[in-house]
Amino acid sequence: MTSPSTGTLSPPEAERNDKPLSRRGDRVFAGLARAAGITIMVALAAVFVFLFAEGRSGLSAAEATYRPASDFLRYIGPLVVSTILAACIALLVAVPFAVAIALFISHYAPRSIATPVAYVIDLLAAVPSVVFGLWGGRYLAQFLQPAHVWLSEHLGFLPFFGSPPSPNGRSLFTAGIVLAIMILPIVTAISREVFAQTPRLHEEAALALGATRWEMIRYAVFPYARSGMVSGVMLGLGRALGETMAVAMVLATSPAVTLNIIGTAAPATIASNIALNYKEATPSRQSLLIATGLVLFAVTFLINFVARWVVGRNERKQARA
Amino acid sequence: MSATTASLTHARLPRWAPVLVAVMALAVAGLPAMLRGWGPVAWVVLAVVLFLVGLPGWSLVVENRRAATDRLMTGLIWAAFGCAVMPLLWLVYVVVSTGAEAINADFLSYSMRGVIGDEQGGVYHALIGTVLITLAATVISVPIGVLTAIYLVEYGAKSRLARWITFLVDVMTGIPSIVAGLFALALVVLVFGPAFRMGLGGSIALSLLMVPTVVRSSEEMFRLVPMDLREAAYALGVPKWRTILKVVVPTSIGGVITGVVLAISRVIGETAPLLVVAGATDGVNFNLFDGRMTTLPVFIFSQYSLSTPAGYERAWGGALVLIVIVMVLNLIARGLGKLLAPPKN
Repeated sequence: MTSPSTGTLSPPEAERNDKPLSRRGDRVFAGLARAAGITIMVALAAVFVFLFAEGRSGLSAAEATYRPASDFLRYIGPLVVSTILAACIALLVAVPFAVAIALFISHYAPRSIATPVAYVIDLLAAVPSVVFGLWGGRYLAQFLQPAHVWLSEHLGFLPFFGSPPSPNGRSLFTAGIVLAIMILPIVTAISREVFAQTPRLHEEAALALGATRWEMIRYAVFPYARSGMVSGVMLGLGRALGETMAVAMVLATSPAVTLNIIGTAAPATIASNIALNYKEATPSRQSLLIATGLVLFAVTFLINFVARWVVGRNERKQARA
Repeated sequence: MSATTASLTHARLPRWAPVLVAVMALAVAGLPAMLRGWGPVAWVVLAVVLFLVGLPGWSLVVENRRAATDRLMTGLIWAAFGCAVMPLLWLVYVVVSTGAEAINADFLSYSMRGVIGDEQGGVYHALIGTVLITLAATVISVPIGVLTAIYLVEYGAKSRLARWITFLVDVMTGIPSIVAGLFALALVVLVFGPAFRMGLGGSIALSLLMVPTVVRSSEEMFRLVPMDLREAAYALGVPKWRTILKVVVPTSIGGVITGVVLAISRVIGETAPLLVVAGATDGVNFNLFDGRMTTLPVFIFSQYSLSTPAGYERAWGGALVLIVIVMVLNLIARGLGKLLAPPKN
């Protein structure tokens, strides 16, 4: 394959008999494999095309379609606010834990503990989202309700912690915590990978200079792993934005836009709004929901694209070094 | 050591210091916990806080500031790990203890058809739907995924197309599941009209989520096959495609199957796409190509949405069945991986 002249090196007589046959098989098989790869790219493009084809009419439909709002932007606005709030809570809670656990696995725990811990965190990713939703709605919400009261009493001056606090805990705050638990595995996995890639010599050099373990991590591991951590966080953000069932089952919804994350009700997130309203969907309403899905897809695609690109750039840099 | 020479060592806490502080923190926290009747959660939280203050404090006095920071961070990292495991344990405990009450032979062998109010009902129809839809998704995504992996490893090498496919497959792993559902819905609606629903639509959505995982895991496995094996086959005059089918794939089959089973265990719990495209029904439907089909996750969601005690009970029962299926699939994946691994010599 590398040079076109290789074919002429082999004895021509012996090749002539079986070469056409094997070549045909090869060509067919290579074609099949390539077709499969192209299918994937086509499928990804098809997601855009079909969502656009079906959702286009939802962007500018009759005013009644958007009730209680009046046009597309006003319809999706409150959903966007809730989506961002929930995702931010999830990130704020999950990232410190994820980084700590990743460090625990890569640098603190002895190997005999680190392997099962990594396995347990992966198990967290295997729990179906609907079970998280069930648990969040029935148990975690009640458990966190006192925290709502406390936040409202002590931090009530912030717009995020208005009163009255939710009486049953089914607020954006609880939804954000559930999301945090759900994105923990992916952020942990990515951070763990980049932490483990820190050059051993850097770490040993730091320790040899008398650094404590924490100083070694701060001055040798973190600078090296920074961009990888950023992309891990972005992948987590993508998950949090798109997670549907847990939010749909935990959050008590109302159409009024609010920044209050511990209030009795808040607008649904984009994804959970689709899950909650698909049933009543008339065709025009259906295309509206598909249009919101298109927005969600575009945003998460962009975030994932950038995050993966950063990870890839890191790997390429290392391959060169 | 005289006072004039600079000392190269400094005082260190004994090795057992963390254990001692931990025991003392538990004991000290137990006092108010017992006096004021707190639960075990508050007790442990207080103990952890005491530990995080106590050990660095002691270290600050005996050792120095840097060592104290180190001990604080070590403590925090261990505590973070404990915090993260807690929800998992709690969730598993709740699912098992609550779900076990709902499960019996009838629950597994009856559908929800004609079930009114508090009558028991069951998950039979949802089990059938889950199995059929997931099987169809596997049938769609395994050939595409494995062939793509073969292309990436054997044919594409470092071509531009291969690099783009690798990249987009990675990006695809982040597609929100509901978007996959909407895509399948848009496809079905465009072809069959707005009110048409079928189980196969759910399979299409699931395969969109499954393909990236299958590609990544198989690709990794094919790359592990030593180059020597391929070259040995080429040297015997075996064409490339037969080398792949007879040497590369059999060598890595264990890993590939493990990857596929893990991918199945991921998508079998997907709710949102099936909710949107396959809908929900109370009866058994064996036909993938026509009519609504309930899967287990959708069953859980719709029972939860009823907000009745009976509905909650059925939801928990369904959740236990689902978790058991997912965990069994995970165990099978690990077992198969070990069983089919090529013998080491």
